[in-house]
Amino acid sequence: MVSENAIAWYHFSSPKNFYPLAGRLIPWFWGLAVILLVVGLYMSFFVAPTDYKQGESYRIIFVHVPAAWMSMFIYLVMAAYAIIGLTWKLRMAEMMASALAPTGAMFTFLALWTGAFWGKPTWGAYWVWDARLTSELILLFLYIGYMSLQSAIDDPRRAARASALLAIVGVINLPVIYWSVKWWNTLHQGASVSPTMAPKMASIMITTMLVMTFAFWMYTIAVVLMRARRVILERERQTSWVMEMVNADPQAEMKK
Amino acid sequence: MKTRHKRMALILVGLAGLAAAAGLVLNALNSNLALYISPSDVLAGNAPKDQTFRLGGVVVEGSMERQDDGLTVHFNVTDNHKTIPVAFTGILPDLFQEGQGVVAQGRMSDGMFKATEVLAKHDENYMPPQVADMLEKGEQAKQSAAGATP
Repeated sequence: MVSENAIAWYHFSSPKNFYPLAGRLIPWFWGLAVILLVVGLYMSFFVAPTDYKQGESYRIIFVHVPAAWMSMFIYLVMAAYAIIGLTWKLRMAEMMASALAPTGAMFTFLALWTGAFWGKPTWGAYWVWDARLTSELILLFLYIGYMSLQSAIDDPRRAARASALLAIVGVINLPVIYWSVKWWNTLHQGASVSPTMAPKMASIMITTMLVMTFAFWMYTIAVVLMRARRVILERERQTSWVMEMVNADPQAEMKK
Repeated sequence: MKTRHKRMALILVGLAGLAAAAGLVLNALNSNLALYISPSDVLAGNAPKDQTFRLGGVVVEGSMERQDDGLTVHFNVTDNHKTIPVAFTGILPDLFQEGQGVVAQGRMSDGMFKATEVLAKHDENYMPPQVADMLEKGEQAKQSAAGATP
């Protein structure tokens, strides 16, 4: 049985239909991102209590952990689009994967950077080559490699296929990052929040962290949709619907 | 079997093979991926001889002694099984405390670990100071109750 849902998915997997849908959704995700970010930052600085051991410096956790979560989650979504793109030869999936990469790289960098500035006052070092830090650095290299490979190949279909393979191979790194603190001795502490254990954190701190995570998530969707629209225009510029739209109104790209 | 199913199967099988390979490699590298060595392992002779390595464990409560020069500290690091005395000259990180985790880099000499760098390892617990106080009082009450009725 083909449900109406499946038909809707099929409908929006065509760039021509996806383009206006994304345009309508972007302002909503921007709005949510801004609201959640304002609330989250207020909670981070004024509502969440001081930590008993680290004092105020622990507050960087409200950026560090959501950024690290997003860096892994975005990679997972990117690899899923890569698999869909390879198996079903779906152009829209290829474009979504490439639209996700820069934001994923940005969050990976943010996690490493905030981590370094947290490490200095607490551990006494900006950087150590422990398994958690090193595997997260490899994730940054994977994102950079993915983007470089894509821009190194001129033919967009071939570029998408080659980089999709790289993205899929890189998925191996995700469980290594996640469980590195459990598998090996690391300077990085274990997980405070995990799906299988009671949290080792005051609940207001967790709530704040979750609000910040949702803020980052909504921001990611908004930015990725914007980037996806740009990628669509670039890759579909020979198609009649893009030509018509651009010819009808040269500023259409900005408005829609 | 449709072509796209074949492609999907190919990707999944490739990924599974790769995961197995990565697992074997990581397993083989296990000891090299560890950032530090525990006191038990060091005393069992599993630490590199005449070479620097990192020693990790917990600073024994009440073991920290500041030497007369004002900069050198001696403390014991334990894994609750074996203990190794450590000497360090320099500035300790803010989170360095007795009863806290620590990772020290240096080498063994005459049964003492001469550290050139000391890093504090903190745990995954975060709470407001009031809650920490409460927990400690509760722990003390439990201990004194246990002491009163042996």
